[in-house]
Amino acid sequence: MTAMPQLETEVREGVDRETIETVNAMAGKYKHGWETEIEMDFAPKGVNEDIVRLISAKNGEPEWMLEWRLAAFRRWVEMVEPDWAMLNYPAIDYQDIYYYAKPKSMEVKPKSLDEVDPKLLATYEKLGIPLKEQMLLAGVEGADEPRKVAVDAVFDSVSLGTTFQAELAKAGVIFCSISEAIREHPELVKKYLGSVVPQSDNFFATLNSAVFSDGSFVYIPPGTRCPMELSTYFRINAENTGQFERTLIVCDKGAYVSYLEGCTAPKRDTNQLHAAVVEIVIMEDAEVKYSTVQNWYPGDENGVGGIYNFVTKRADCRGDRAKVMWTQVETGSAITWKYPSCILRGDDSQGEFYSIAIANNAQQADTGTKMIHLGKRTKSRIVSKGISAGRAQNTYRGLVTMHPKAKESRNYTQCDSLLIGDKCGAHTVPYIEVKNNSSRVEHEATTSKVDDDQLFYCRSRGMDEEEAVALVVNGFCKEVLQSLPMEFAMEAQALVAISLEGSVG
Amino acid sequence: MAQLQAKQDALSARIAGLDLPKSGWSAPLRAEALTRLSAMGLPGKRDEYWRYTDPTSLTVAEAPAAAPFTYSDEKMVFTDIDRLRIVFVDGVFDAAQSDDLALAGVEISLLAEAGDIHWASDLYGVLEARGQTPVQRPLATLNTAFATQGVLIRATGKAAKPVSLIYLHKSEASDVILHHCIKVEAGAELTVLENGPAAARFNKVMEVEIAEGGRFHHIRTQGRDHERRAATHIFARLAANALFKSFTLTANGRLTRNEAIIEFTGDDAVAHVAGAAVGDRDFHHDDTVFITHDAERCESRQVFKKVLKNGAVGVFQGKILVKAGAQKTDGYQISQSLLLDDDSQFLAKPELEIYADDVVCSHGSTSGAIDEAALFYLRSRGVPERAAQSLLVLAFLAEAIAEIEGETLAEDIRVRMENWLTRHEGK
Repeated sequence: MTAMPQLETEVREGVDRETIETVNAMAGKYKHGWETEIEMDFAPKGVNEDIVRLISAKNGEPEWMLEWRLAAFRRWVEMVEPDWAMLNYPAIDYQDIYYYAKPKSMEVKPKSLDEVDPKLLATYEKLGIPLKEQMLLAGVEGADEPRKVAVDAVFDSVSLGTTFQAELAKAGVIFCSISEAIREHPELVKKYLGSVVPQSDNFFATLNSAVFSDGSFVYIPPGTRCPMELSTYFRINAENTGQFERTLIVCDKGAYVSYLEGCTAPKRDTNQLHAAVVEIVIMEDAEVKYSTVQNWYPGDENGVGGIYNFVTKRADCRGDRAKVMWTQVETGSAITWKYPSCILRGDDSQGEFYSIAIANNAQQADTGTKMIHLGKRTKSRIVSKGISAGRAQNTYRGLVTMHPKAKESRNYTQCDSLLIGDKCGAHTVPYIEVKNNSSRVEHEATTSKVDDDQLFYCRSRGMDEEEAVALVVNGFCKEVLQSLPMEFAMEAQALVAISLEGSVG
Repeated sequence: MAQLQAKQDALSARIAGLDLPKSGWSAPLRAEALTRLSAMGLPGKRDEYWRYTDPTSLTVAEAPAAAPFTYSDEKMVFTDIDRLRIVFVDGVFDAAQSDDLALAGVEISLLAEAGDIHWASDLYGVLEARGQTPVQRPLATLNTAFATQGVLIRATGKAAKPVSLIYLHKSEASDVILHHCIKVEAGAELTVLENGPAAARFNKVMEVEIAEGGRFHHIRTQGRDHERRAATHIFARLAANALFKSFTLTANGRLTRNEAIIEFTGDDAVAHVAGAAVGDRDFHHDDTVFITHDAERCESRQVFKKVLKNGAVGVFQGKILVKAGAQKTDGYQISQSLLLDDDSQFLAKPELEIYADDVVCSHGSTSGAIDEAALFYLRSRGVPERAAQSLLVLAFLAEAIAEIEGETLAEDIRVRMENWLTRHEGK
């Protein structure tokens, strides 16, 4: 027992410091709620074929890309918005949104990051995102050797620039904005775009296929271990603007990449739409680790404002022994609708999904994963931790399916929900489909409240109630937090504490 | 809209040949049910609630034919139990084969004979209507509107013996609708047994209202006629300190959909629903359970086990809804399947929907083959392979059978299960 108090203090200080710093740094609770005043170039509001043409033209796309977008748009017009999720939100007026917004200063594309409008650079600096090479992500100074992270920064509808491109190119890695990839590497884009999430996959993905303006493209050649972590940082800035980014990651045979995604938006009292698509193709023996810290503006305590986040993310393990790992920390957005999925097509391929979803105040989250086992001896693991506080609703929705040919496959699912307060809800909606008998599927779910004994223990050690709750919750999430890259783990841990502020009492 | 139209068209076709009884105490309740039904139509394949079970054969106008099974090798279940027998042959009450309906502690009347005033007018269709939100169950509403046969049982004290409902199946074209109402008054106690396949197609609703401190036990087996199809619903409402326990054994049947819709409205009540299903070949079995906790300190438990072989399909959809304020709820749900070969399927959707913070709710669901290590162990001890397999299957089902209260009844069920395994060994 003698060692215990010391450990407690350390952890407590960690939570404490982060919390206080953040609160001091920003008035209010959402620290990225400010706005960059910058002149923007908007396309007219609303979506129609002309807007699709305009976006395509602005990006200087070839004809085939425009046709692809138009095909998607024509499908989208016929589609009906899904309503099966446990989400309640007023109807979205898709004609009252700007589908394209670009900072004026980006009219002529800067040749390098040095030429980018300092205001834009300052935006990212303020967010703690280093756009200058050799700079480090905030919070990792303590690391033995400086870790390099290449960043693609997406501001509203356009990519500002990508760092470390030259160094990555030496390794054969392509990391650029998707608009650049469409121009520079059409053969790769043509081959893989829409091959995991087809054009007309679902309502939001189809809309994205028609109007996506930018996003990131990654190609890791065979046998290459990407020399640094890749990261995309999305920022919504302009008002009434939807963000529709598209990310395509192709990890060729035996390659490896770890990819980080972060997102923030200013505080506004109107809702903004974010409908992204992420496609990942993983070949034989390759491995992709995709981590997200989703911190879109969640709206205020009364549920006014916030981002509507409708995201389609899917990884296709095409080759044998391919491996994918999704890790997500979902703390932001007024509405989250997101199911990162794994298609385990190759034999012995492996999918993992680790998620922490925190919903406070009036936030609503309906999130989970799909594990589609097609290949033999495929393995998947799902660990989902949902935390509800305030009047929030948090739903885990998942699918595990073992096809008849997926012999000797294995799934383990654990979804736990934690309720803080008696006005919130926690729900679990798993679908389990087993179509052969050599596979084993196990699903476990629990729902409980913050343990009184644990709280009492922390409080008897002198913590106030909020600190104690943050500590217990961090403990609850530990399994997932541990699987995050270090840069994110620190931010995520702090986010867990901040997102829950005001949820006690 | 097109989907709703198709459902309503299916309904028109289905009820074209049915008569809506227009007299007696139940008439206004039936008329009201028909209004609700007309708005819903019948379930279709694309309904989320019928995701894993195709309702077509349950909803088409004409029931698919099913050959009745003749018992030659064994007595019917519960034969040796001291009970009050109420027999329905192809859905029609058979006085000659039934016992006298007088039983100490219980009032029994028939739906077909009840006059203008009846206690059941507070219950008939009432729990069924409550069970229509948030998910529609039109087959039950159809039942409320058109059922002309069934029993109305009111327990006022401790019933002297179990009431046993026996459903015999004689005609291969029988299409039967039965509706039972059961009221267990405060502090009363009743056991209801059900067995027999009933009909080629069987639509049954049982509404159970349990007043404060009342206790209700229900054990049923669903008969050996393999061709039959059944859609059954139990709607139960529990007042404070009430107890509800239900166990179902399904060993045959082309299609079985058993729904249990249970609502806690009083504190400290307990409800257990359990089921064991063993299926071979073209067997499709669906357990759909919806438990609503709307009171404090209630306990619910769902235990469902399925053993499947040769392409049999097992479905489990279970939901625990804990409403705001239903603090100290204890909800438990387990659904497991044992797939004896590579062709069978288990499809499950175990759900939790929780709006109260001081609760303990958990669910588990597993699916897999027989444990090779356990099989090897038994064989190394000299147990022949088939016997070892049966032993492991029975052990797997034991948790569900343990939900049956009363050793004689449990033993009767266990024997049925062993017989089934012997009959279906190694095929």
